[in-house]
Amino acid sequence: MSIFVDENTRVVIQGLSPTGQGLYHGLRNRAYGTNVVAGTNPKRGGETIEGIPVFSAVAEAVESTGADASFISVPPPFAAEAVVEAAEAGIGFVVCITEGIPAHDEARVYNLLRRDFPGTRLLGPNCPGIISAGKCNIGITSGDIALPGGPVGLVSRSGTVFYQALYELTQKGVGQTTGVGIGGDPVPGLSFTDVLAAFEDDPGTKAVLMIGEIGGSAEEQAAEFIGAQLSKPVVAYIAGVTAPPARKMGHAGAIISGSRGTAKAKMEALAAAGVIVAQNPTEAGERMVEIVTAIRKDEGMTPG
Amino acid sequence: MDLYEYQGKQYFSRYGIPVSPGGVADTVDEAVSVADDVGYPVVVKAQVKVGGRGKAGGIQLAQDPQEVRRHAGDILGMDIKGHVVHRLWIERASDIAQEYYASFTLDRSAKKYLCMVSAMGGVDIEEVADSDPAAIARRHVDPVDGFSAESASELVAEAGLHEGAREQAASLLQKLYTCYVEGDCDLAEINPLIYTTDGRVHALDAKVTLDDNARFRHADWEEFSATETTDPRERLAKEKGLQYVGLDGFVGIIANGAGLAMSTCDVVEQVGGKPANFLDIGGGANAAQMANALEVINSDENVRSILINIFGGITRGEEVANGIVEAMGRVQIASPIVIRLDGTNAEEGRRILADHAAEGLESVPTMIEAARRATALAKEHRP
Repeated sequence: MSIFVDENTRVVIQGLSPTGQGLYHGLRNRAYGTNVVAGTNPKRGGETIEGIPVFSAVAEAVESTGADASFISVPPPFAAEAVVEAAEAGIGFVVCITEGIPAHDEARVYNLLRRDFPGTRLLGPNCPGIISAGKCNIGITSGDIALPGGPVGLVSRSGTVFYQALYELTQKGVGQTTGVGIGGDPVPGLSFTDVLAAFEDDPGTKAVLMIGEIGGSAEEQAAEFIGAQLSKPVVAYIAGVTAPPARKMGHAGAIISGSRGTAKAKMEALAAAGVIVAQNPTEAGERMVEIVTAIRKDEGMTPG
Repeated sequence: MDLYEYQGKQYFSRYGIPVSPGGVADTVDEAVSVADDVGYPVVVKAQVKVGGRGKAGGIQLAQDPQEVRRHAGDILGMDIKGHVVHRLWIERASDIAQEYYASFTLDRSAKKYLCMVSAMGGVDIEEVADSDPAAIARRHVDPVDGFSAESASELVAEAGLHEGAREQAASLLQKLYTCYVEGDCDLAEINPLIYTTDGRVHALDAKVTLDDNARFRHADWEEFSATETTDPRERLAKEKGLQYVGLDGFVGIIANGAGLAMSTCDVVEQVGGKPANFLDIGGGANAAQMANALEVINSDENVRSILINIFGGITRGEEVANGIVEAMGRVQIASPIVIRLDGTNAEEGRRILADHAAEGLESVPTMIEAARRATALAKEHRP
């Protein structure tokens, strides 16, 4: 099983051109098995690029191909409007990997979607995307580092630690249902809590690996949700234990202000909610192996 | 990007927010000349990006040119919490009746803007928030709806500002909102916002943080960038387009992705090392970028070993390897390099690196082992 996207998901690539990032990643996603059904480009409607039909607007692509997910990697000045265009066209799942979108654009789009387009989920921006192992990969994750079959759901704010975590699990023979990179920006679309809630509802997901980082309070909110509503075991790792206060550590969202947003506070909140907190990605993988081994043993002993 | 007070005030002025008349001075003579222009008495203020200037003696009242001369001489060159004063802001002194507080920022947990107003200004607002949270009037603002005149009026009343100050304060608050949104600020804060004895409301200080991501639509920010950073390592990194934060350890760190870079720093510390820096070469790191990163790390005299941690997604292993080899040909790298390479085309990358193993370059399979090795090498190379 998986969450948000699967083998039936139909993807439109927004801003498709013969030389752009969208085509490069879109073809990689298609090679993984993702149904890439359309591209959009206001100047290239009617063309076909690498076998992908191009439409001048998302709404046309939806009408002609039944696309229900979109992939956005356009430059920052155009990204916010691209998300809004997808929402207006009725796209249900929008993946935006664009890095460097102004915080005010993100805040406006987030609140606009919530008010006017509740049927549209936005993943990102500034994220690696989503991969439902063996079924659908939208974004920039290298498909070969994921292992189909579950039972672990993965959610991460950081991109490269997301890859690292998938790789650690795969190396150890532990498969994944879906890996979701929510991104490190100040106003991400999907939050940890949204993704954790989806994992809770997915019968294929038996345990969750969560990768947080310093700054903001998303991990604390996740801890609250886990304590109150998540029945599945969670292992977490928080990057940035050694980060100095008041400095932006690469991601606009990764900044410690005063005593708030520290790795220590987040780790304590998660531990208090019953989460197993690891000190580094490798240890997180090892803890997850122990959990999955125990789950498999239990399942093996359950008759029927 | 944080602005100096004088830059913040200039930024406020563009949006019609009233500030005291004043000017910038880098020398004692300039200070006197600015003071003569704006009219006495004046306040001489140290321009540093750190709080507690007043307590440190960096803000002084001057009645005449002699006093300006004396204070400017004292303050220029003063060290305030590690920040040396190179520039002064001289402004006309105000007769203060009351000191307030006003700000706009993003509340990340609510995913909305947050406006805060308080009648208890002039002190650290975080202290007010801790000791007397009811003294701060707060309101979330939906970016789609904007900030209405009604909200502004309600907030200044709720905060208990003097009745005579409310109308001006509410109008100023709306201008501050425009500055915050159209000016692409992460933070627009006035503390204190003053009500003068002759009944005027204006900003006596300015704390403005601009969103670096919005640079593409603000050509006018160029002037702020010139004065931005003082750490020579950080300046060099910025010129090269790298995300760099200087730390005080001895293991130089290069990683791709902010999270992995932070994680690498953490692991180095866990195995007994100390990171010299945080450096993210970015998602699509190519050979030239790797060479730049090595050059920046190499310029740091405290670095005694270098740990490169790359997990290839878009970043390709052979590109990274070529970059390291290229950099080693371009600059004399002073410290031994330990590299951990995984992900896309990692094997090809490792093959390229293997040919250069003799030149102080070691390839190690996992992140933790790489951190241990880099730490051990740094300790061996202790001068």
